Amino acid sequence: MSGFRTATGGLIDRAKPVNFRFDGKNYQGYAGDTLASALLANGVKIVGRSFKYHRPRGILSAGSEEPNALVELRTGAHREPNTRATMAEIYNGLEASSQNRFPSLKFDALAVNDLFSPFFAAGFYYKTFMWPAKFWEKFYEPMIRRAAGLGRNAGLPDPDSYEKTTEFCDVLVIGAGADGMRAAREAAASGVRVVLCDENAPLAPVDLPDRVKFLPRTTVFAVYDGGTYAALERLTDHLPVSSAPRQRLTKIIAGRCILATGALERPMVFGHNDKPGVMLAGAVATYITRYGVAPGRNVVLFLNNDDAAGLIPVVVSAGLAISSVVDSREKSSDLVYQLAREAGAPVFAGAVITRALGCQSVKGAEIRLHGGTTLRLPCDLVATSGGFNPNIALTSHFDGKPVWDDALYTFVPGKLPPGMEVVGKAAGQGININIKPCWHVGAYPGKSFVDFQNDVTLKDIKLAHQEGFSSVEHVKRYTTLGMATDQGKTANVNALAILTEVTGKPIPETGTTRFRPPYTPVALGALAGPHKGKHFKPTRLAPTHEFSQAQGAVFVETGLWLRAQYYPRPGEDWLAAAQREVNTVRNHVGICDVTTLGKIDIQGPDAAKFLECVYTNSWTNLAVGRVRYGLMLREDGFVMDDGTTARLGEQHFVMTTTTANAAKVMQHLEFCSQVLWPELDVSFISVTDQWAQIAVAGPDSRATLAKLVDAPFDISNEAFPYMGCAELTVCGGTAARLFRISFSGELAYEIAVPARYGNALAEKLMEAGAEFGIVPYGTEALGIMRIEKGHAAGPELNGQTTAHDLGLHKLLSKKKDFIGRALAARPALTEASRPTLVGLKPVDGLTVLRAGSHLLPLGAEAVAANDQGHIASAARSPSLGPIALALLANGPARIGEQIRVYDPVRNGDTLAEIVNPVHYDPSGSRLHA
Amino acid sequence: MRIPCPHCGPRGVEEFLYTQDAEVTRPKDGGAAPTKEWTDYVYMRDNLKGPRKEYWYHSTGCHAWLVVTRDVSTHEILKVELP
Repeated sequence: MSGFRTATGGLIDRAKPVNFRFDGKNYQGYAGDTLASALLANGVKIVGRSFKYHRPRGILSAGSEEPNALVELRTGAHREPNTRATMAEIYNGLEASSQNRFPSLKFDALAVNDLFSPFFAAGFYYKTFMWPAKFWEKFYEPMIRRAAGLGRNAGLPDPDSYEKTTEFCDVLVIGAGADGMRAAREAAASGVRVVLCDENAPLAPVDLPDRVKFLPRTTVFAVYDGGTYAALERLTDHLPVSSAPRQRLTKIIAGRCILATGALERPMVFGHNDKPGVMLAGAVATYITRYGVAPGRNVVLFLNNDDAAGLIPVVVSAGLAISSVVDSREKSSDLVYQLAREAGAPVFAGAVITRALGCQSVKGAEIRLHGGTTLRLPCDLVATSGGFNPNIALTSHFDGKPVWDDALYTFVPGKLPPGMEVVGKAAGQGININIKPCWHVGAYPGKSFVDFQNDVTLKDIKLAHQEGFSSVEHVKRYTTLGMATDQGKTANVNALAILTEVTGKPIPETGTTRFRPPYTPVALGALAGPHKGKHFKPTRLAPTHEFSQAQGAVFVETGLWLRAQYYPRPGEDWLAAAQREVNTVRNHVGICDVTTLGKIDIQGPDAAKFLECVYTNSWTNLAVGRVRYGLMLREDGFVMDDGTTARLGEQHFVMTTTTANAAKVMQHLEFCSQVLWPELDVSFISVTDQWAQIAVAGPDSRATLAKLVDAPFDISNEAFPYMGCAELTVCGGTAARLFRISFSGELAYEIAVPARYGNALAEKLMEAGAEFGIVPYGTEALGIMRIEKGHAAGPELNGQTTAHDLGLHKLLSKKKDFIGRALAARPALTEASRPTLVGLKPVDGLTVLRAGSHLLPLGAEAVAANDQGHIASAARSPSLGPIALALLANGPARIGEQIRVYDPVRNGDTLAEIVNPVHYDPSGSRLHA
Repeated sequence: MRIPCPHCGPRGVEEFLYTQDAEVTRPKDGGAAPTKEWTDYVYMRDNLKGPRKEYWYHSTGCHAWLVVTRDVSTHEILKVELP
């Protein structure tokens, strides 16, 4: 218990005490405290256990680079693991707990790992758990995951909400220290819009011009192309849990960017340098000046540069003792001598700390004097500074490689992202004054940590080199150095320097690894923002949805659409319901919402010519008031989509597409119009959502519709024959479009009204058809009927079939150019041996055929080489029994033959007869009734 | 990445859809062109570093097809034109 709150000082609000809990114990801090400062103020030294060796760890830093003090915040579903105590602001009621310890922080049973550490050296996973191989998944991996590791996931759905937004500015300033503040003010004075981000909470009021939008608690974590920056704003993490958005992901679009992120201090590498009570010198100063917290009473300062000497007067002014200054430079500087003299502390020049002493926390330091004599100094805090590294992670997010500076002994920014400028310490200005590097203090029997978070020691790096892993990228992967959540912010440069020492290559030749986004960890929830559940995948409801609900429909998702699948009556399963619906349509009349098919309104003097370009068949000769089936290919000759297109006027067509391809066809038409045939005067727009379209199918469909159409429209077979279309009014003046087209194979119509009348139209049709026993039918019945009729749909239009494969080759016009014409004519795409559409029926008339089954010649072995095709669609027809549509090599020539239907996944093996794909009414007489 | 749409101004890349190389042109004389010309148009692509012309579709914006000249090694957008 050596840390305490100083009597005065700091920017915390001493009038506002804050109560929080850590590992179940109550503590008090003040408004403005971080968890780290409040724990230090309460004398707590150990806040976590290390990743691999379960060594007690304290607080090393005062910022986002913290490798040790990772904690879990909050409880239950709100629990968040691996949060840096140095960044977490406390609030009344905060529950925090330490990680990776069992059963407690003070006594961790797995600390035995420390004794077995020879096992856990660099590459230990690769060496130790290789054999037997099958043990890996079942035994080794779960064991390692339990023992090593960080915090626990909440294991529950994230109850917090997140926001996303975009911010635009002329200048983005990252970092609100002195350099950033000055840059922001200067930019604002020139009259431009400025956004200033800082990852910390503001402790003092910030006075900035109106033009500057200041975003505190906001970490800019990535740089992207075109002046795009990703920032995470922690909105309410510093407040008790509430329903308010927790974090906001802001995309900042900036004309230019000024990086003022300062520099991060390097720890010194010596024995037991991970012991709680060893802290970065700058962090000690921050705790004293910013938080009014003394992390210890008796400080030994270990440095190799002049910057860190500034800590001496800070310590003294807080009433603490500087017991001595250990300066690794052979000749310490005048500044150090002067400040130490004022503080009454001896300076040991050319000396190093060889190890920290103490059991669970620092009780002293062993130093080796210039001459080699060792000396033990009592202390409770070792403040270290191995120099500073410009904080330039963001400069390397854009292919920029940091450059080694021989005078500063650190990396400075290399090639910058376009529009970025680096200022102040981040640019290497005013840091590492009079530095003489001291990358480590030599071998010591014990551990000298280089990467605290991943427990990588001096010895591990040397070992990696001995074992042949000498390139910086190999060392990183072999030792896991720099791969933890802190990305080695405090570790990388020390590690590189040590590596160059063992390889004998200078640092510029050794190179460095580059930082990648994100700068600090970002919750996946924040990246998803509000786009989750139905906000990620919204539901499109058919305009007859309410009607279908009232009719007891079971719905199915088709893309974003929710469609009525079948309408079960009491006691019916899906099959019974669908078969009843089919029977009713075949014998009487039924209705089905077909709004989900894409509808594209095409107008203009060249509309017909345009259709000639995109469809394979001809259109200029289609009369007004007529509908035609159209086939669309991709340029490579394969079928893209199909549908019917109606000519409502000389210059006006309405195209339908399949439900799945609606958006794709629209995009395709726009490409054809804007890129390929810009000379054609044609316009089009999607009207899928504007018209509710209902199929009315069955022998009684005309009599049903006749009750709805307004006079004088004549719906008789003579006046409105098969494949006719018209604009008319229904139900006493409602605008409508009527198409005499049929997917079911029966006498049928599709009627379209403005979408808002969808439910009303369905109800009117039910009333009108009541005397004929009308029923609504769903996608199951629709599917059965189209398979009975041999109509190709999604499973056949699978992107691998040609017009020839689908028996539609007669639709390939020879008189015009159209998309796909040239390549569809390639010999291999028209070969008879290609899998081609046929029908199948089980030879026994009973066995259910299943889509996906493979087709094999009789007597052939069931191997891939003998595979001749597959079943694309299968149905159980109420009138015909089990039937299927298949793609079979040489199919049409083999009608009448038998084939083996082999379905090893579902134990199916049966014989089927190859038949015409049009199982039902092959002559089509019912269509014309 | 941001693309300056001639109709909508500079917009985020998430509004656009990259579809294909714009360095190739569809054979003019539709039916008569030799198959090789067609296969070159549909399949053959140079995979070169540096500025390339690409078709981008402003799918959640104005639905314009754009010819974007982009340096494929730096993502720099050098030019945006209507086809």
